[in-house]
Amino acid sequence: MDLTEALIAVVGLTVITVVTRGFFFLSRREIPLPDWLRQGLRYAPLAAMAAVVVPEVVMKGDQLITTWQDARLFAVAAGAAWFWWRRGILGTILVGMAVLLPLRLGLGW
Amino acid sequence: MLSTAIGIAAWGLITGVAMGKSGLPIVAMVLMSLLVFAGSAQLAVLPLMSSGAPLWVVWATALCVNLRFVIFSAGWRPYFGHFPLGERLRLAYFTADLNYVLFMRRFPEPRPAPEQLPYFWGGAACNWLAWQVPALAGIFLADAVPVHWGFGFAGTLALLGVALSLVSDRATSVAAGVAACAAVAAYALPFKLNIVVAIAAAVAMGLLIDHSTPRRAAPLDDKT
Repeated sequence: MDLTEALIAVVGLTVITVVTRGFFFLSRREIPLPDWLRQGLRYAPLAAMAAVVVPEVVMKGDQLITTWQDARLFAVAAGAAWFWWRRGILGTILVGMAVLLPLRLGLGW
Repeated sequence: MLSTAIGIAAWGLITGVAMGKSGLPIVAMVLMSLLVFAGSAQLAVLPLMSSGAPLWVVWATALCVNLRFVIFSAGWRPYFGHFPLGERLRLAYFTADLNYVLFMRRFPEPRPAPEQLPYFWGGAACNWLAWQVPALAGIFLADAVPVHWGFGFAGTLALLGVALSLVSDRATSVAAGVAACAAVAAYALPFKLNIVVAIAAAVAMGLLIDHSTPRRAAPLDDKT
């Protein structure tokens, strides 16, 4: 893909970003949201997070991992344990990485 | 904000490195990072652009990956709907996963209030910088970063932390479990549509639980 085409692609992508993120509030017109949908939307952010995180942890390519000797599982368990104990996101990251790196680099998991 | 910023920075760095290694013109990559500002969409379209896929495929992919933002935008409407169009466009560009999650926690009532804008912009500015600086660094330093160490996982851990902070009761944890299973089961779907499927499944499950356990009077439910 040459420079011109890449730039056109980027412009289009920018438009997509703004329009998808602002979809429901860019228009002045009220797009009526049924009550049940508004209530249900409070589950949306957590669902999105879970949907992004879990496949990153338990899948390798397109398959579920078949062995428990995967550094990510331990990293996530450690990070989650830290979170339940101390509730800090930075701590979750650090503890998780502190478990991931030795297992991955040292044991090749 | 600082702790989430580090996770965002890791994610930004990984995306930047991917862009740097993609073989696409540097100018376009820099602009992509600055203008598009949508990590998962960028990561998804990079292989398409590298292999010379037609433009409409690139755009369709980004649209699908970003569908979850359409859902979030419905949530933003009560707070920002009353601003002038220019302001709404600016706000739209800056809203991202974590802004939505943290903002909703801070302002659970869907009503506009004066302190919302400063809170939003503070978080958004932080988020933007935490992303752009490492992303741009990643683009330029791509060859020097040892990707096999698994740094990208730091971003996943950040999202894990945020996700855990949202789990407040049985209904939310069940919904999260449903989302997780759906996301894995639907993983074969193209364009990360498994995320949309997972959200739909979790919302349905959450509503089911809400309606079957009348814990306290929810005014929205009152049909008498």
